[in-house]
Amino acid sequence: MKPPVFEYFAPRTLLEAVSLLSSHDNARLLAGGQSLMAMLNMRFVFPDRVIDLNRVPELDFIDERDNAVVVGAMTRQRTLQRSEVIAAKLPVIPKALRYVGHFQTRNRGTIGGSLCQLDPAAELPAIAMAYDATLLITGPAGDRTIPFDQFPLMYMTSSLAPEEILTSISFTPWQGIVGTGFAEFSRRHGDFAIAGAIALLEGEGRDTVRRASITLFGVSEAPKRADQAEKLLKGQRLTPQLIEDAAQLCSACSTLDDTYGSARYRGHVAATMAKKALTEAFGEMDRK
Amino acid sequence: MSDAAGPRLITISVNGENRSATSEPRITLVDFLRHKLNLTGTHVGCEHGVCGACTVLVDGLAVRGCLMLAVQAEHRNVQTVESLGTADAPHPLQRAFAKHHALQCGYCTPGMLISLVQFLRDVPSPTEEEVREAISGNLCRCTGYHNIVKAALDAAVELQDASAKNAHA
Repeated sequence: MKPPVFEYFAPRTLLEAVSLLSSHDNARLLAGGQSLMAMLNMRFVFPDRVIDLNRVPELDFIDERDNAVVVGAMTRQRTLQRSEVIAAKLPVIPKALRYVGHFQTRNRGTIGGSLCQLDPAAELPAIAMAYDATLLITGPAGDRTIPFDQFPLMYMTSSLAPEEILTSISFTPWQGIVGTGFAEFSRRHGDFAIAGAIALLEGEGRDTVRRASITLFGVSEAPKRADQAEKLLKGQRLTPQLIEDAAQLCSACSTLDDTYGSARYRGHVAATMAKKALTEAFGEMDRK
Repeated sequence: MSDAAGPRLITISVNGENRSATSEPRITLVDFLRHKLNLTGTHVGCEHGVCGACTVLVDGLAVRGCLMLAVQAEHRNVQTVESLGTADAPHPLQRAFAKHHALQCGYCTPGMLISLVQFLRDVPSPTEEEVREAISGNLCRCTGYHNIVKAALDAAVELQDASAKNAHA
């Protein structure tokens, strides 16, 4: 179908965008448009006003600040995938981006758009969860920051207030002996995953785990950290059996039950993906 | 609704030429190209970003023409399949598609070609697996993928040879 009638504004600054957003109660922000445009075409949404952020250059950047890498919300997925800073500091991001839609959608799709869309099976929200990212949010009252784990409220719904804009995402890279792994399962390349896992491991030496982050996606309303599995690994010497045990704990995290898979099936897939991701991360750690 | 929802003059550089037409801001880029500029080479398939039939280049990058508004392309360079070649002088990709029977009904072909233009620029000597991943965002309902892959690999070689010749000239 075709999009419904809406007022269209293309502000040039963030300040202008905030003011356009807060002066109307049925407005939607348009980022890369790879979800919202489809929803408009299908008339799943009827905004009276669309505020296009694509001509706000201040939201498109990748900066290194102190110990963090800060990414503007309107940074394209293609830019992230090809960034040397991202590859060096946050190596699991380019691994994951290969699976985010297709190269044509990554040419337009943005990191901020994906985070706000908050699809349970999307890779980028899971990345933000894996790295304990901090979000900078701007509204009429000024700026606030929140940790990513406070961002998802419920299924595909964030804690952003209607007049607020996600402006940047701050990641703290892991340092030392670090390995990362990414795995997901989908029926066809580029489809939303049935389940997936991201593993970050920091070693005390090459085989003992000092710190672990295991994030599952596609298994619940929002990406989820596998706390029990992380706890099991901490301080332990990594062995294939320990990875297997940690992966098995991941299956219990699955609660999402829909047409594409039951919670039990997704849990099974998540455990398999967690095993793959952990094995990949361990392999990287071991080579350092 | 205010004027912000109403028709306005939209000017886009299409295939190297500035083209203007009046349109509401809700009109997608692909509908603008087809209905306002009569450039019907670009096709409309699913209208939700899945099939890739509407793929065009915007500032050199392949995008879904149904997931972008025409107003968003203002003052940007859009290239459609009409810019690739003619029946007498086809683009190497078009020649390879003809040679390998890489189209049956032809509906997906403009999207396939445009996607491959960017892909072969990014990855000039791809493996078969890379080509398959690259066209995974373009659906061919005749399922003629084998021949499309063969054509893409063949065109890659030809484009490489052509750029090597240009470099030596």
